[in-house]
Amino acid sequence: MIRLENLTKKFTPTDPPAVDDLSLEIKEGETCVLVGPSGCGKTTTMKMINRLIEPTSGKIYINGEDSSKMDPIKLRLGIGYVIQEIGLFPHMNIAENIATVPRELKWPKEKIWKRVDELLETVGLEPEHFRNRKPKDLSGGQRQRIGVARSMAADPPIMLMDEPFGALDPITRAHLQNEFLRIQKRIKKTIIFVTHDIDEAIKMGDKIAIMRKGKLVQYDSPEDMLSTPANEFVVNLVGGNYSIKRLHLIRVDEIIDRSPFTASPEGTISETKALLDKSKLGLVVITDEKKKVIGLVIPAYLKKEGEYNADIMEETGATVGLGSTLNDALSVMLSSGQGYVIVVDEKERIEGVVTLNGIMGVLQDDD
Amino acid sequence: MSLWENFVGGLTGLFDFMGRRSDQIAELTLEHFWLVLTAMIIAIAIGITVGVLISYWDPIAYPVINVTQVIMTIPSIAMIAILIPFFGIGFNNGVAALTLYALLPIVRNTYTGIRAIEKAVLESAIGMGMKESVILFRIKLPLALPVIMAGIRTSVVMGIGIGAIAAYIGAGGLGILIFNGINWVNYPMVWTGAIFISIMAIIADLVLGWTENKMSWRT
Ligand SMILES: Nc1ncnc2c1ncn2[C@@H]1O[C@H](COP(=O)(O)OP(=O)(O)O)[C@@H](O)[C@H]1O
Ligand SMILES: [Mg+2]
Repeated sequence: MIRLENLTKKFTPTDPPAVDDLSLEIKEGETCVLVGPSGCGKTTTMKMINRLIEPTSGKIYINGEDSSKMDPIKLRLGIGYVIQEIGLFPHMNIAENIATVPRELKWPKEKIWKRVDELLETVGLEPEHFRNRKPKDLSGGQRQRIGVARSMAADPPIMLMDEPFGALDPITRAHLQNEFLRIQKRIKKTIIFVTHDIDEAIKMGDKIAIMRKGKLVQYDSPEDMLSTPANEFVVNLVGGNYSIKRLHLIRVDEIIDRSPFTASPEGTISETKALLDKSKLGLVVITDEKKKVIGLVIPAYLKKEGEYNADIMEETGATVGLGSTLNDALSVMLSSGQGYVIVVDEKERIEGVVTLNGIMGVLQDDD
Repeated sequence: MSLWENFVGGLTGLFDFMGRRSDQIAELTLEHFWLVLTAMIIAIAIGITVGVLISYWDPIAYPVINVTQVIMTIPSIAMIAILIPFFGIGFNNGVAALTLYALLPIVRNTYTGIRAIEKAVLESAIGMGMKESVILFRIKLPLALPVIMAGIRTSVVMGIGIGAIAAYIGAGGLGILIFNGINWVNYPMVWTGAIFISIMAIIADLVLGWTENKMSWRT
């Protein structure tokens, strides 16, 4: 648990404080998102927690202990730290980068290298392929994954993340957000996540702290933030259209149809036709023996020549991961021009289908 | 006599001299090498230490770099004379003079090499809980190394050239051929000294350039 008490930081005697009498409590295992316009003091707040910046006044308690009385090195070793610019060490390979904190903690070698591989797997990068590469050989998205892996290396109970996905393109960002949510569900860290993107805040946060000019404006769950904004500033920041915003909050697993018909590529078309006739969704997903999605058949394809599903099926790019939000699913539908999207797990195996009608249903429930 | 005959005559004289005095030339080359090497080892140790220290405190960085810059502008003959009260004449004086000349590129490059490191790299290092000593040896110096190496290379090449002057106060080296050659109006002798100093500088430049490349994390 992290508790900020009347935290204030003045960089100069004359300017208004960068952080102004901020009090906040973050429960263990929760993600608290600090959100607000640029310059409102989010980064300063975060850096006071790992003591990169010392507060002018006020206190920070970590699990009840006054952080100003702790050894800063020990404190930081227990707090994962990810920044937008990542700051990977360019002269070290990926494994050495990830091993930074375990090395500081003097873990035995075998344990470190085992942990490195485990983390690479966790962030979805093949250890064999990435271990020995240099940061400059990686894409922006891959580098940020390494940044996240490096911060989690020694399994710190607390993570500070300052606009970690801010420099990434929207698709990569959504992907990393979803993966991070999936990881967080398992590891249950106490996270302080900084962003200036309210949609990201709604998606990532258990709690959202809206800041303005160094002051806390509202501290609430995303749902309460959307339904009862504290003032005009929050209303403007959140933006109109409450229903649409809610799509960031609901995950596909909440409205997933888990029983789409599936068939193998070797199945005959006549069997598939029979399935389609019975199907409410109007599609049959073609999967291999490991349940991995390889394509689909919709009634229109039945006109094509052939005997087996493999002859008429078409590949589909329209898939989303399990942790995705309805907003992600809707984006995919809009770009594929289809009224459905197939939901897959991290190994691309079918979990179910989300349809446009399903999403519409959620929106209508609000009215 | 035509210019061409003059030239051929000169070359013959030069090769003749090198042939007759090869033992002495080898000895002086070795002497020169030791002189420069000793000065460089001292200059590298002092230069990197000073460069690192001033990287922690900007207000003294520029004054210190300026002082080393002023040292470099002192004419070498004067430098040697200035050092006589402290080091007498001979090998030590030569080493001291060369060390002082070599400091600027090493100090300056160490400082700028460390200062040029991306802010985010250092911030994440501190934020993750690395101690300053670990950051210095595992992050800062390795990252600054290519720049430091370039400074060392400049110093060494320069030191080999300036090293000739050390012969003036009896520190030995290839400068002896140049000074004696001038006194005795023996041009093949002067040429031999100059040529061997150049060859030594070129070889040092190539070797250090190659090392610089090998050590660089950028490649
Ligand atoms: N090291 C510093 N020295 C002086 N002013 C600073 C420093 N760091 C931040 N500030 C000021 O503090 C305010 C808050 O900055 P910051 O916490 O970085 O905002 P945010 O992360 O929300 O964009 C800004 O007005 C910024 O100019
Ligand atoms: Mg910021």
